Amino acid sequence: MAIAAVEFDALSLVLSGGRSILSGIHLAIEQGSTTALLGRSGSGKTTLLRMVNAMAAPTAGEARVMGEPVASQDCTSLRRGIGYVIQETGLFPHMTIERNVGLPLEMAGASKTQIATRVAELLPMVGLEGTSFARRYPWQLSGGQRQRVGLARALAADPPILLMDEPFGALDPVTRVEMQEMMASLIERLHKTVLLVTHDLEEALYLAQRVIFLEGGRVVADLPSNKVMPSSDPHVRQYIRAVRHNHRNHEETAS
Amino acid sequence: MTGFLRAHGYEMARLTFEHLWLTLFAMLLATVIGLPLGIVLSRRPRLAKPIIGFANVLQTVPSLALFGLLLPVPWLGENAARLAILALTGYALLPILRNTYAGIRSIDPTLTDIATALGMTARQRLLKVELPLSASVILAGLRTATVTCVGVATIAAAIGAGGLGELIFRGVASVDNGLVLGGAIPAALLALLADAALGFAEKKLTVKRA
Repeated sequence: MAIAAVEFDALSLVLSGGRSILSGIHLAIEQGSTTALLGRSGSGKTTLLRMVNAMAAPTAGEARVMGEPVASQDCTSLRRGIGYVIQETGLFPHMTIERNVGLPLEMAGASKTQIATRVAELLPMVGLEGTSFARRYPWQLSGGQRQRVGLARALAADPPILLMDEPFGALDPVTRVEMQEMMASLIERLHKTVLLVTHDLEEALYLAQRVIFLEGGRVVADLPSNKVMPSSDPHVRQYIRAVRHNHRNHEETAS
Repeated sequence: MTGFLRAHGYEMARLTFEHLWLTLFAMLLATVIGLPLGIVLSRRPRLAKPIIGFANVLQTVPSLALFGLLLPVPWLGENAARLAILALTGYALLPILRNTYAGIRSIDPTLTDIATALGMTARQRLLKVELPLSASVILAGLRTATVTCVGVATIAAAIGAGGLGELIFRGVASVDNGLVLGGAIPAALLALLADAALGFAEKKLTVKRA
């Protein structure tokens, strides 16, 4: 079997005040797969994601990327090899879209023409057609467009691993669905290992092959996507109930 | 007017130049100290309070009193220009230090976080993200400092450091309003000019967000 893209081995994080954020996480994420980390706010899912690119460090156990312990790797080069998308997009307001997207390449020492070529290739990939986008600034774009730019930046250096922290959380429902559809087709084409943090079961099922349920810093369920809806696990059922509840409400308002 | 300029024009030019030289030298020193110190403090906010507090005290001491206090200091008191520059540096320090610190601290933490997550080194983060984003705030500090320096430098004449204050003091002593204005008008113009120029640069460097 190929080595796991990401592994968590007895990983725990206890804050200095004694509050436990993550406890005893054991997971192996297969290369080229898309995995959703599902949980409520405060379940530790974002912190777990940040263990992968050394933005958070465990107090016990370890995280490994491609078999190498994260703690023993050089942080900056590890991070440059991992794409990272966040809900707030984190675009730099003083840089054009082209510079924002090309930042990972700029740091890798790519030339201006190399960057421009790659950016021209990336923007249409995330649905930003036309040459005008490259020269604009983030404030001139809509929320959905900014999120696309954030995704293009994460893909710029063609990293094998992509971390996505509620990437579509701040978008309106229509844009959100558009983005999910685009993401699904990108996942199919690019064969990256994707770790997706979300609190939305439908999004998790739509994009991921595997859903990991987190609660209070522990893994409470870990299922292939097609086994989620039939599951009788109480932790899983509460998410299904929430989804059904929403749908029922929609139908009631419709009739 | 032309008569006055013919009589004092050369002196006014010389003193204006002297005034500028005192101000620029002090600003250079204050920037070289204040900017890096402000950056360091933004990394160690616990140190910020006492150090910015000290700069605040410096700022509060009346200028004439500060010159008087420094005059008996051995190496300093020997050279009036040296003393004036040091005192002016003290005045310019606070706005530069405080604005550098505040400018960097006020950057959206999401942006510094993502800069780190993209694999920027601390140096790259400073040069590519933190300084450009706080540039307008830092420049506002430089602007306040420059205007303060131009003003306080007129007092430096009292200890014989030269500058446009010399004309003012001499004019007051000899009850010659022309002489007073010959010093006061260029000094005021210098301050206004510095304020306008730095204000323009500040506007240029302000990052648009929405």
